[in-house]
Amino acid sequence: MRYAETGYNLEVDLATGNIERVETDPKLMELHLGGLGTSIKLHWDRVSPEVKPFDPENMLVISSGLFNATPAFSANRTVITFVSPQSHTLAYPMMGGFFSAELKYAGYDKIIIKNKSNDWVYLWIHNDKVEIRDATHLKGRGALETQDLIREELREPRAQVAAIGLAGENRCFTASIEQSRSSCSRLGGGAIMGDKKIKAVAVRGTKDVYLARGAEFMEHLKGVTEYINFRNANPIPDVMTILSGIGSPQEMVHTDEKWHTENFMWGNARTRRREFWSKENEANWTKTQLATVKRLISCFNCPQHCGGLVSFQGGPYYMMKCFGKLTYSMAAYVDDLGFNFKILQRATEYGVDSFSTPQILAFAVELYEAGILTDKDFAGTSTYEACPSDKEGRFFWLLDRVVRREGIGDILADGVWYAARAIGNGAEAFDHNTIKRHEQLPLKLGTLDPLYYLMYSTNEKISITQIEGQWPQSAFPTKEQREAFVKDWPQLPDEHFKQYLLDWEMRGDNAIPYFPTPQMCSEIVDWMEMLHNIDDACCVCAGMSSFCLKPPYHIHNYPKLISAATGLDIDETGLKKVANRNRNLHRAYNNRRGMTRADEKPPEDHWKRRFPDLEKELLDTYYKFKGWNMDGVPTREKLEELDLGYVADDLEKRGILKHGQN
Amino acid sequence: MAKIKKKIKTIKVDADKCNGCRACEVICSAFHANPQYSSNNPARSRIQVITHRLKNIWLPVFAGEYAPAECMGRDKYIIDGKEYDECGFCRASCPSRDLFKEPDSGLPLKCDMCESDPPLEKPMCVQVCLNSVLTYEEREEEVEDNLEVDAAEVALRSMVDKYGMEAVMDSVTRYLQKE
Repeated sequence: MRYAETGYNLEVDLATGNIERVETDPKLMELHLGGLGTSIKLHWDRVSPEVKPFDPENMLVISSGLFNATPAFSANRTVITFVSPQSHTLAYPMMGGFFSAELKYAGYDKIIIKNKSNDWVYLWIHNDKVEIRDATHLKGRGALETQDLIREELREPRAQVAAIGLAGENRCFTASIEQSRSSCSRLGGGAIMGDKKIKAVAVRGTKDVYLARGAEFMEHLKGVTEYINFRNANPIPDVMTILSGIGSPQEMVHTDEKWHTENFMWGNARTRRREFWSKENEANWTKTQLATVKRLISCFNCPQHCGGLVSFQGGPYYMMKCFGKLTYSMAAYVDDLGFNFKILQRATEYGVDSFSTPQILAFAVELYEAGILTDKDFAGTSTYEACPSDKEGRFFWLLDRVVRREGIGDILADGVWYAARAIGNGAEAFDHNTIKRHEQLPLKLGTLDPLYYLMYSTNEKISITQIEGQWPQSAFPTKEQREAFVKDWPQLPDEHFKQYLLDWEMRGDNAIPYFPTPQMCSEIVDWMEMLHNIDDACCVCAGMSSFCLKPPYHIHNYPKLISAATGLDIDETGLKKVANRNRNLHRAYNNRRGMTRADEKPPEDHWKRRFPDLEKELLDTYYKFKGWNMDGVPTREKLEELDLGYVADDLEKRGILKHGQN
Repeated sequence: MAKIKKKIKTIKVDADKCNGCRACEVICSAFHANPQYSSNNPARSRIQVITHRLKNIWLPVFAGEYAPAECMGRDKYIIDGKEYDECGFCRASCPSRDLFKEPDSGLPLKCDMCESDPPLEKPMCVQVCLNSVLTYEEREEEVEDNLEVDAAEVALRSMVDKYGMEAVMDSVTRYLQKE
């Protein structure tokens, strides 16, 4: 009997059509827990660094985590791993929704998809019956539309479906995998599905998922439930509304967008509009949102309502969440929120990342205005019209070209970094907001923040929103506020962090960039990463854990819940070690693919005031703290401490670690 | 016939508030697992959230009485422009659909309001519904004193309906021989 996990993976070879249900080694759960942890291990073992993103050998692993399909609230993430066509590192975008629980109820922890199909197919998993089915009739269909079409043709209204749209079919580097109200968006998983010609994966499961000590698990969960209720009733004071609660940012609930619209950049991460949130704009935006959001919705087994079912002016329903509500309007400099609701509907059916894509379109507009792209690039053909000249029309036109890879869209579809280099002629200077070839949040700030410097530069996620969370985004202005904040902070891994916060001030010696000190920053960042790694192994939503201040899940209750669920009897030290092991294996995988210190930097203009010496010290200190060499590669000593001696052997064999020097 | 006082238990469903999370399904199946909480499986849940996301339909429905035969006709509701499934609001476990049946045996499921010893303050689905979609209410009514059919007899009757008396008798005989 296996507990918390099902103990089986589904191995699907799209080239031969072979499907196998394979029992997994229980030892892997002890070493890596599950979810992202065990997926990294699969990639390490099977996908050599020579494999390129669109090679048949680039495996796509769709994984549940340890807590999906248990009564643990908010354990609903599905993590999809692959070598990204954009960053060439091991990407792991995650989605909420309902997929991973259903997969476990069908009896599988992961779906491992290998090679490519000749024709368009989709995978249908119904407990022990698994089929590769023809999908030629679904080609060109929207990512949401496809989910319902598949449920209808299977006559299974309760099947959960993850699907790609046109963008994935055409291998756009920002193509997402859409499912229910959520999506795996970052770093191009949709393109890998498209490359393999797998349009969708549908699953329906009606089996039991077991817990080792169910009653004890429920006892520990009681504390989590009470804390959820407490936090929902008691938002954190003195922080921005959006950071005060739990769950993902409650963008569908809150209509106050002063903070986003005036602090985030408009256009191609370019312009700050400090006066935007006027009475008139506030009234218009509020009215539009209230008329458009039809219902607040959640993911599987989660009491929050981070998502919204929306329909703009009687248009088709779709589901949205988070910052996607604003990204298109802001990138296009359109002062009307309705535009965002309209274009996001089309973008969701196309299946594209709503962080990266608007920036790509805004980048193209900037190049046109700078004369680097010309009317020739925006011209029509026999199949489509020329680009309209108004802001809204231009964005719709560019989006259509990108997802179809038509004309200039074919170049833009690879994202800003690649497009800038393909276009040349000075376009490279307009690529100012990418890290490791990946578009970042449109934020440009004043003074370097040492914590964010480390998170931006070093994390394997390459997306800040999935790295930060446990530590306030800025110092509290007054001593009283700081004292009030630390008073009730049971989530802290160690009491000494309280002093760091108490000493952290907005101005003076104890302010950024020199405080928190590099050593303190390393500890804080390490804590944030650790919790993200635990969440990603359990597939608990970061919104209820690592991504929010004072969350219901933390390092002190996780070991109890994991122990009761799995029977492993893991303590805090043991859990930290597993999280560390997973992170180091992931890092080594990316090092093996060529990632070095030279790649570890934030967007050049992210902060106006930079401090090269301090930045070097930050990186040196953090690397040392993590047990990595000065090139950002885990040392043999560190790897052996984490039972990853075989990784050190491999890195030495490849010359990435120098024998005897590390 | 004599009148007796009967406790009426109601779960009020405010479907407009439902965020579609299905925590009710998870906890129902976990509570009724044997041993309790040792497993969960929403397919065994006695509450199901009927969902059509793009039609804005999220409708929690509780398992009601077992019905051995289909209705002569089926109903279809349209409310506020939303068309619900055939028999969408019906709580019966019946031959026309696979709702409210044990996934392995096909035997009917019925909500028992989590009756247990000691009794719960309110059913588990109500407890985990943190959005107050489900509200538990109790009241007393005077009713005629009918003989209650015990649970085993209900189960037996449904097995006979499903498999026929002969097959059930054969199974019982074989089972007794093994014992």
